Amino acid sequence: MTDRWAPVALVLVSHSRALAEGAVEVAAQMAPGVRLVAAGGTDDGGLGTSFDRVDAALRDATGDGRSVVVVADLGSAVLTAESVLELMDEDVAARVRLADAPFVEGAVAAAVTAHGKADLATVLDSAQAAAGTFGPARPLRDGSSAPVAASGPAGEAPAVTAPVTAPDGSVQATAVLRNPLGLHARPAALIVRMLAHLDAKVQVNGMNAASVLDLMKLGAVKGDVLTITAQGPQAAEAAARLVADVEAGFGEV
Amino acid sequence: MTLDAAWAVDWVRRSAATVAEHRDELVELDRQIGDGDHGENLDRGFRAVVAKLDGLDTPPASVGDVLRLVATTLMSTVGGAAGPLYGTAYLRASKSGTASELGPDGVVALLEAALDGIVTRGRAGAGEKTMVDAWTAAVAAAVDAADHGAPPSAVLAAAARGAHDGAESTVPLVATKGRASYLGERSAGHLDPGARSSELILLAAAQAAEAAD
Repeated sequence: MTDRWAPVALVLVSHSRALAEGAVEVAAQMAPGVRLVAAGGTDDGGLGTSFDRVDAALRDATGDGRSVVVVADLGSAVLTAESVLELMDEDVAARVRLADAPFVEGAVAAAVTAHGKADLATVLDSAQAAAGTFGPARPLRDGSSAPVAASGPAGEAPAVTAPVTAPDGSVQATAVLRNPLGLHARPAALIVRMLAHLDAKVQVNGMNAASVLDLMKLGAVKGDVLTITAQGPQAAEAAARLVADVEAGFGEV
Repeated sequence: MTLDAAWAVDWVRRSAATVAEHRDELVELDRQIGDGDHGENLDRGFRAVVAKLDGLDTPPASVGDVLRLVATTLMSTVGGAAGPLYGTAYLRASKSGTASELGPDGVVALLEAALDGIVTRGRAGAGEKTMVDAWTAAVAAAVDAADHGAPPSAVLAAAARGAHDGAESTVPLVATKGRASYLGERSAGHLDPGARSSELILLAAAQAAEAAD
């Protein structure tokens, strides 16, 4: 196994070549250490799925002993991926899992999880959990309806606190989001990747900070106060680094 | 009377011919409740299968060898769901057709394996307005014929009649699987294109067996 890539790779199967390559592009920005292979469109570049393209992508992605999670878009992309697996050598097929997941969200969630060198089952779970992030429709953000912590009162500088250790051993801190675009995909992925290397369970405003989709679901915008809670052996370090990253605007401001 | 690799090759060639002949009909059926590409895709796939057969240096040794070639070629050349569905049907059938010659029970096992592959891959059951309706009726008729001591050609003739009845039974149904299910109630009143192509392919199998008799 090479050091360059995480042990779990992704193959993204779409009816459209452009869609598969675009999803790879988005996921790659958030998880540069994951081998991502697009298998979109028919052999001649038309709309549809190609057995040969999916087969070639899986052989590529499973190289160097890597495992693979496959995310496919619509009906026949799933059927084609299943057919490829049915004909594949058993020792290779044993390292491949087909995710029941939404295409883009599943790919992004799986890629970020894989970047933290997670194992096959964990990456698969991450992709499949992405479907659970589609909650009931909520009104467009008007400053009052979205499920985020209250912002500081207008005109008053929002409080920023250093990490405090509670009696139960958990560490609490707050930080103010500075990014003009809010806690969007890129900073969310940075948080998940930073925390993957620390032995701590971290929540931001009650959401699991190990999930890029949960973080994005917060809908946090510039000026929002993020409440960080961390538990575990490296809770203090996790909280401190997260506060520092938030305050630094994730390199965007 | 038994069926061998030469029968399977004849079946494939007859399938390609009948799919080409009914290409426009399948396109029209699919245009009514799907995306209109079934006839074109299947025709392209079977043309590729025939080209591969023509290019072989030595003829296939068993029915299974022929069907495996059909399976891998269809999966690679048919875009859309029909590729993996038919591909899986032929692949599963190829695994049950490894004997050099098939008797009545061998033919039934082959058809059952094909149906099982389609059901597994498509996750559809009978009554959902798909090719499963044609194949289910075909297998039931084949089992009945074999139980009554029919030779392989008569088993396949029964299967073809069963497939016809099964395909016709899809007309009043409302689709709950596949692309046609997007239409909901509006899918009723149309013959399912996959069930129709299945009927054509099973009729080709029966005609090839009759010619071999």
